[in-house]
Amino acid sequence: MKKTSRDERFSATERKKEVLDKLSNLGENLYQQMAQGNFPSIKMPSRSIENIYYNPEVRQYVLGDRTVKRTAQNIRHIKPFTQLVWTGYFAQELTTNRKTSTLRDVYYSAQAYEISFQDQAESDNVITDLETVADCAREDLNIFPEERSAIFGDLTIEYTVPGYEGKQLNLTSHPDGVMIGPALTYSEFVKTTADKVIAIEKGGLFTRFIEENVHKKYNALLVLTAGQAPRATRHFIRRLNRELDLPVYIFTDGDPWGMHIAMVIISGSANAAHLRELTTPDAKWSGVWASDIVDYKLPSDPLTELDVKRLHELQRDPRYKNDLWQREIKVFMKHKRKAEQEAFSRYGLTYIVDEYLPAKLEEKI
Amino acid sequence: MVTQTFEEISPADFFYRNRDIAGFTNPSRAIFASIRELVENSLDAAEYVMIPPDVYVRLSYVGEASPESAIYKLRVMDNGSGIPPQHIPSAFGQVLFGSKYKLKQTRGTFGLGGTMSVLYGQITTHQPAFIASSTGISKIYMYKIMIDIQKNRPLILDRKIILNKERWRGTVIEYSLEGDYIRAMPKILEYLKQTALVNPYANITFVDPRGRLYKFMRATTKMPPAPQETLPHPYGVDVETLQRLIRFTRCNTMQEFMKTHFHRVGELTASKFLTFAEIPASKSPKKLKREEIVRLVQNMKRFKEFLPPDASCLSPLGEELLRTGILKELKPEFTAVRQRKPSTYSGHPFIVEVAIAYGGNIPQKGDFILYRFANRIPLLYDEASDVSFRIMKGINWRRYKISPDMPIAILVHICSTKVPYKTVGKEFIADRPEVKREILNGMREVARDLQHFLSRQEHVERERKRLGVFSKYLPKIAQFATKLAGRQEPPDIKKLLDKVKTIEENE
Ligand SMILES: Nc1ncnc2c1ncn2[C@@H]1O[C@H](COP(=O)(O)OP(=O)(O)O)[C@@H](O)[C@H]1O
Ligand SMILES: [Mg+2]
Repeated sequence: MKKTSRDERFSATERKKEVLDKLSNLGENLYQQMAQGNFPSIKMPSRSIENIYYNPEVRQYVLGDRTVKRTAQNIRHIKPFTQLVWTGYFAQELTTNRKTSTLRDVYYSAQAYEISFQDQAESDNVITDLETVADCAREDLNIFPEERSAIFGDLTIEYTVPGYEGKQLNLTSHPDGVMIGPALTYSEFVKTTADKVIAIEKGGLFTRFIEENVHKKYNALLVLTAGQAPRATRHFIRRLNRELDLPVYIFTDGDPWGMHIAMVIISGSANAAHLRELTTPDAKWSGVWASDIVDYKLPSDPLTELDVKRLHELQRDPRYKNDLWQREIKVFMKHKRKAEQEAFSRYGLTYIVDEYLPAKLEEKI
Repeated sequence: MVTQTFEEISPADFFYRNRDIAGFTNPSRAIFASIRELVENSLDAAEYVMIPPDVYVRLSYVGEASPESAIYKLRVMDNGSGIPPQHIPSAFGQVLFGSKYKLKQTRGTFGLGGTMSVLYGQITTHQPAFIASSTGISKIYMYKIMIDIQKNRPLILDRKIILNKERWRGTVIEYSLEGDYIRAMPKILEYLKQTALVNPYANITFVDPRGRLYKFMRATTKMPPAPQETLPHPYGVDVETLQRLIRFTRCNTMQEFMKTHFHRVGELTASKFLTFAEIPASKSPKKLKREEIVRLVQNMKRFKEFLPPDASCLSPLGEELLRTGILKELKPEFTAVRQRKPSTYSGHPFIVEVAIAYGGNIPQKGDFILYRFANRIPLLYDEASDVSFRIMKGINWRRYKISPDMPIAILVHICSTKVPYKTVGKEFIADRPEVKREILNGMREVARDLQHFLSRQEHVERERKRLGVFSKYLPKIAQFATKLAGRQEPPDIKKLLDKVKTIEENE
C-alpha cells in the first residue's frame, strides 16, 4: 500500500527538489535584477486582512488577488527584504544539508550573519513571507516550531531523513506515542491496519486511550494535538486522510476554544491563508459538544464573558456556517455551560471509551 | 523752632554717600565693580589710539579685614593712550573729570568709574593709589595720590618722573581695597570671558589672589572702526544742553547756531526749522529769553523734517568680529550673527547686534543663556529686568523649532551714544519701543538662521543614515541572492549605491 492515493504529494525527495528549485529561482531572479543595475524587488500575494477570503470550494481561507511589491529601493523595505533573502539562503542550506531548524534557531542563527531580527516575532514573520514567496510551508523549508504533538497506532512508516533512510518504524513501538517532528513529517507511509484517525486535544486523554487500547478496540490511529494543532500535525492528519483514506474524528474540550481547535484542523486558519495542504475538510468534530454536556449530564462550569464573546465571533465566522456548528453554538449560548474532556471521569475511568466513544463514532453528522 | 542747616557737598562726597548707585554695594560687588571700571578704562584707552588692547589685571591678597572680606591689592596695566601728565591726578582723583563727555560711543561716560574705584579703595584701606602713565613720550610720570573727598580734588603725595627709553605707552594703576573675592570670583571670571567675547581683538590676562592665571587671548587684530565724534541731534537736546551751547557759542545768528551745533542740520533745514519755531533767523542766540529757549527745545521735538541721526558716531562690533568673539569664547557648533540697521530713540542713534550660538561647548541649561552687552561691555546683573530678557521670553520659539532645552545662547549688543540704561549702575537696558523692535527683529532673524541650520543638519543626518542603511543591506542581498542562485560571483552593486547617492543629492 506504499504510495497509494497520491492526490497531491510527490515523494519526499521530489518535493525537496521542487522546494530547492523555487529557492534558487528566487535567487536567480534577484541576481538578474541587480546585475542589470536595478534595485531588486519581489512581488508576492498580500497577506493583509483585506486580502484574506474564505473559499467555500476548498473549504479554507485563501489569499485574494492583491499583491505587494517589496523593493530594496525603499528604505523601509530594505531590512525585511535582506532578512527575507537571508532566510531563503538559510532554508536552502538546511534543505541541501538535510538539517532542520526551529523557529527560534532561525532567530539566533541570523546573528552569525549580521542579520538582526528585533525579536523572534520579527523572524517568524519573515519566515511567513518566505512561505508566501516560495509558495510552500516552512516545514518544507525544514523549519519547525517548538511545540510537538504525537501519534500512536498501527502505522508503519519509512524514514527519509539522513542516517535513517529506509529504516521502518511501527508507531505502536512506544507506549507514550511517537513525536510528530521533522523526521515523521518527511517519512513515507508503508502500511496500516487502522481504519480511522482519532485526534485528541489533551495529553491526559491520549494516554488514557492508549492504556484502554482504543487503537485496537476501534482500529484507530490516535493523534495528540496538544492544544491548537501545530501545522506539521495538521499536515500529517491531512496526509493520513488523503493518502490512507482514513476518516478523521476530533475530540476536544466542550468549549468555544476546543471547538475552534477542531475547526482549524478541518478548515485551517486565516494566518495560513497563503498555504495549502494544512486542512482536512472531511474531518469531523465528534465532541465534546454542547449538547453532550446536556445529554450526558456532564459536570460543567459556567461560560465566562470571554467565552461568550468568542462564541459570538465564531457564530459570524464563515467556517462555522453549517448546521452542526451553528446548532452547537446556540446550545452553548442557551445553557451557558462548558465541560472538559476529563468530565467523563465522573462515570468511571472507562466510561468515555466504552460508552461515549462508540456512540459518537456512530453519530451521523 | 527748628533750625535747618544748609550745606553744599562735593560730587566726590555725594558719590561716597551714595556709592550703591555706582555699583559698590557690598564687598563682593565692590571688587567686581573696581576691576570692571579699570578694565573698561584700559579698553577705551587702547581703542582711542586704535591699538589692539593688552590688559593685565592682578589681584593679590594683602590681609584679613573682617570675617567676610579681606584687603587686596589691585593692579591694572594697559597699552592704551596713556594720560597727559597734567591730567593724571585728576583722572583718578576727581569725580566727574573725564575725556569722554563728547558725543561718541565709549564705555565710560560720567568720568566716574575709575575715580569711584580709587575712592572706594581709599575709604576702605586709607591707603594712597599709585598711578604711572605715559603717552609714549620720553618720560613716564608716576603719582601717589589720595582724594580730598570734601573738595573733590586729588592730593598728590608723591610724584616721580622717569625716562621712558622704550617709549612705553600706557597706564598702570595700583591701589588697595577691601573686598570679597571668593564671592565675587564667578562674576569676575564671567565678566572677563564675556569682555573677551565682545572684544575679540584684546588680550586680557588675570592673575587672581590664589595665583591662578586666566588668559583670554585675542583671535584677531582687526578692530571695529573708531567712532566719530558727533554733534547732538536736535531731538535729543534738553534745556540744560541748549543753554550750555548758547553760553559757549561764537555764532551771531540763529541760522549759524543751528548749522554749527547740531547734527545733520544744514542751511535749508535750519531756515525751515526757524520758520516753524517762529524765531528770526538773524537773531543772536545770546539774546534768547528763557521761555524762548524752552519753546525752542519743545519745537525741536515737534519739527518733523530733521534728518535722522547717522550712525557714524557709533562703533558696533560688526558681524565678523562678533562671530569671531563667539567662536573664540563659546566654541559653539553653529552661530548666526545679525547687525540691524542704525536706528534712533529720542534723537540718540543706536545699533543693535544680535547673535545666536548653538551646540558645541554651549551647555544645556534647560533655558537659553542670554548674554547682554552695551557699548562692548557685558551686563551681568539684573538680567530679568532687561528688555532683551523680556523679548526673549516673549518669542514663540517653537515657531522656529527651537526649544529652551537645547544648548543655545543668545547675544544682544546695543551700542549708542546714550545707552538707555535704567540705572546709573549700567546693568540693564530700559524698554524703549524703538530699541525693543530692533532687538525683537534681530532675534527673529538669527532664530530663523538657526532653524535653517538645524533642518539642514537634520537632513544631512537623515541622508547619512539612509546611505548607511543601503550600504549595509545591499551587499548582503547581493551575497545571499548569489548563493541562492547557486552562483559564485556576486553582482556588481556599485551602480545601485551610486543611485542611492544621486537620489540624496537631488532631494
Ligand atoms: N587706563 C587709562 N588710560 C588712559 N586714560 C584713562 C585711563 N583710565 C582713565 N583715564 C582717563 O580718566 C578719565 C576718567 O576716568 P573714569 O573716572 O573712569 O571716567 P570715564 O571712564 O567715565 O570717563 C577718562 O575719561 C580718561 O580720560
Ligand atoms: Mg571709566
